Amino acid sequence: SRELFVLTYGALVAQLCKDYEKDEDVNTCLDRMGYSIGVRLIDDFLARSAVKKCRSYSETVDMIAQVAFKTYLGVTPSVSCSSAAGNEFSLILDKNPLVDFVEELPAERASLCYCNLLCGVIRGALEMVHLSAEVTFLQDRLKGDAVTEIGITFLRKPEDRKQKRS
Amino acid sequence: MADEALFLLLHSEMVAGLYRAAEQGEGGTGADAVAARCVLQENGRCTTKLESMGFRVGQGLIERFTKDTARFKDELDIMKFICKDFWTTVFKKQIDNLRTNHQGFYVLQDNKFRLLTQMSAGKQYLEHAPKYLAFTCGLIRGGLSNLGIKSIVTAEVSSMPACK
Repeated sequence: SRELFVLTYGALVAQLCKDYEKDEDVNTCLDRMGYSIGVRLIDDFLARSAVKKCRSYSETVDMIAQVAFKTYLGVTPSVSCSSAAGNEFSLILDKNPLVDFVEELPAERASLCYCNLLCGVIRGALEMVHLSAEVTFLQDRLKGDAVTEIGITFLRKPEDRKQKRS
Repeated sequence: MADEALFLLLHSEMVAGLYRAAEQGEGGTGADAVAARCVLQENGRCTTKLESMGFRVGQGLIERFTKDTARFKDELDIMKFICKDFWTTVFKKQIDNLRTNHQGFYVLQDNKFRLLTQMSAGKQYLEHAPKYLAFTCGLIRGGLSNLGIKSIVTAEVSSMPACK
């Protein structure tokens, strides 16, 4: 059940806060763990949903928002494209199930990205389908913003870079 | 069903991450004897951390599950609840075997423990299996403690993926 996952995640963050003094270290740790999980989760996702190959960045992001988030977390964030080049997107989460049991961040942990695991998961999963991206939190409800917003910026594919050199 | 995959992955990542951090922490010590002792201590510390995480989660979970259930008659009733409802909600199956000596000692046997099924059944990973059981031990201890029972929970794996 989802509660088990949410509670376990909370206990994990609490333990990491005890282990590491700096918020950035906790954030990095969560991101790294998320990455390893994402790398494996993508297999489970593809097996479960048998989706067709995505032909564009925006299709990929739609897939993440409408299918992946729905399957694993039960929520569907809304997608918006925030750059003319078509490689920067935002997922806007109205309701974030990971923070169901969290009221607010403690005062000494003001820059903790509680859900940083999610960023790592998305990054890892994308990398396994040969798309490299930067994923960060742009807005966080726990820090007082109105909504929680995850930004995905697709980076140039390595093949493009090689072509430029030659 | 999907939630299970997520939890399994998170759990194995937690175990791996904690042990990795511990190994990195004590890299570069002097004599071999000191290093060996450090490894044991670190392993013990990781197990304790996992167990205490499980404890917190167990406390929270049991509160939510027993909100609407009737008061438990006695210890055996509580153990039966853990074996049936609690285990089903967490691991999607019931405990296969419950034994007791009616003096406060209970053995719960699960022949296909969800957290171990992902590993190959054989002697190869037997020594690593206890790491994966620490969290669940804490889970049970936390649940029992919130139901008013102080307990010590230990786990034993003799052949994967069964565990007691």
